[in-house]
Amino acid sequence: MRRGPWWAFLLHRLSGVALAVFLPVHFLVLGLAVERAALDRVLDWTDNPWVKLAEAGLVVLLALHLTGGLRVLLLEFGRWSDRQQSRIAVAGGLALLAGFGFLAAAFA
Amino acid sequence: MKRARPRLVKTGYDGPVMAMLEVEIWRGEGGGGAWRRYAVPHEANQTVLDVVTHVQRHIDPSLAYRFACRVGMCGSCAMTVNGRPRWTCRTHVSQAARKGRVRIGPLRNLPVIRDLAVDMAPFFEKWRDAGARFVPSGEPPEEPVRPDEPERRAADAGIECINCAVCYAACDSVAWNPDYPGPAVLNRLWTLANDRRDGDRDGHLDAAGAGCHLCRSHQECADACPTGLNPTAAIAGLKREVFRRALGGRTREGRQ
Ligand code: HEM
Ligand code: SF4
Ligand code: FES
Repeated sequence: MRRGPWWAFLLHRLSGVALAVFLPVHFLVLGLAVERAALDRVLDWTDNPWVKLAEAGLVVLLALHLTGGLRVLLLEFGRWSDRQQSRIAVAGGLALLAGFGFLAAAFA
Repeated sequence: MKRARPRLVKTGYDGPVMAMLEVEIWRGEGGGGAWRRYAVPHEANQTVLDVVTHVQRHIDPSLAYRFACRVGMCGSCAMTVNGRPRWTCRTHVSQAARKGRVRIGPLRNLPVIRDLAVDMAPFFEKWRDAGARFVPSGEPPEEPVRPDEPERRAADAGIECINCAVCYAACDSVAWNPDYPGPAVLNRLWTLANDRRDGDRDGHLDAAGAGCHLCRSHQECADACPTGLNPTAAIAGLKREVFRRALGGRTREGRQ
């Protein structure tokens, strides 16, 4: 019987946990920037289209958590609106858009 | 948990052959039990409560369930119907049945006493512990309460609660955290906090304090509430107000 807002919650929690797992790795890679050779190896690896696709997934995840988080803040601090489903759709749509934007830039 | 195979029991109906409902009802005491199958004649405008009553009167008098008013006033007849918590006296079989099948179980999130009767004590104890009741201020409000003033409207929005615990059963935050007061209690606290005749707005907001932030805004309560209340919106109001006060925001007295 779960409806839209429940799934929005689940996605938000899963994307939050995924970010918590992924961000340390991301910062580790950034840390490698000090070491030129190591960074180049990582950057070569990211030229692989599959890796780019995976990165797009991560972008969607981050964007989903961001727009989803803004949605929660609006729900809790703004005036109540009965159009919660539309807001969820907008939040999800913007996140997907961010993912496609990333892909377009990555393969351009 | 061992599940008995559903079995067909006699119908207790001896009129001409008519459309039959395939009804499954949860039977058992305390934590244990099984689904039992009954054939109940389908009638026009039949409610789920009518179905349960038919089984109890004509097939198995030992079936335990609860009801009183049969018109959606008392809040005692709530059960889980095809997976959804509902008030059974105002739920027509035609709304709830899927392909002529109805599965009726006890409410979720409350201990089962027997069959369809749950122990409502935890629900009401949370209500009591939160002090979610009107506190007379002892004196009339300085300004008359106008029916269309914003605070009265906010209070009116949540006032028709019949304490049926349908929202309590629908809520995952209740299932996940035994300390969560649940949608109905918080809806009541918000109603009281907006009622200018109430003498303890601060007390009600304090009582909502930590509890209201355990709500994850799934909105299953608003979806299920039979009287059309929106506890999620009420809880969002509490979250705002509790947060504002934590930052040292002014209370209503200060705003007037
Ligand atoms: C990009 C800016 C971010 C915003 C606007 C944001 C917003 C939020 C909000 C409002 C919540 C509360 C959700 C609720 O009450 O239901 C939340 C939960 C959470 N966030 Fe974020 N967040 C952001 C970044 C992050 C990052 C970088 C991480 C990872 C370290 C993260 C991990 C989590 C986790 C694990 C939760 C718990 C989910 C839950 O309780 O359901 N967030 N976030
Ligand atoms: S808020 Fe609605 S669902 Fe919850 S107890 Fe009151 S009437 Fe029942
Ligand atoms: S029997 Fe009273 S509300 Fe259903």
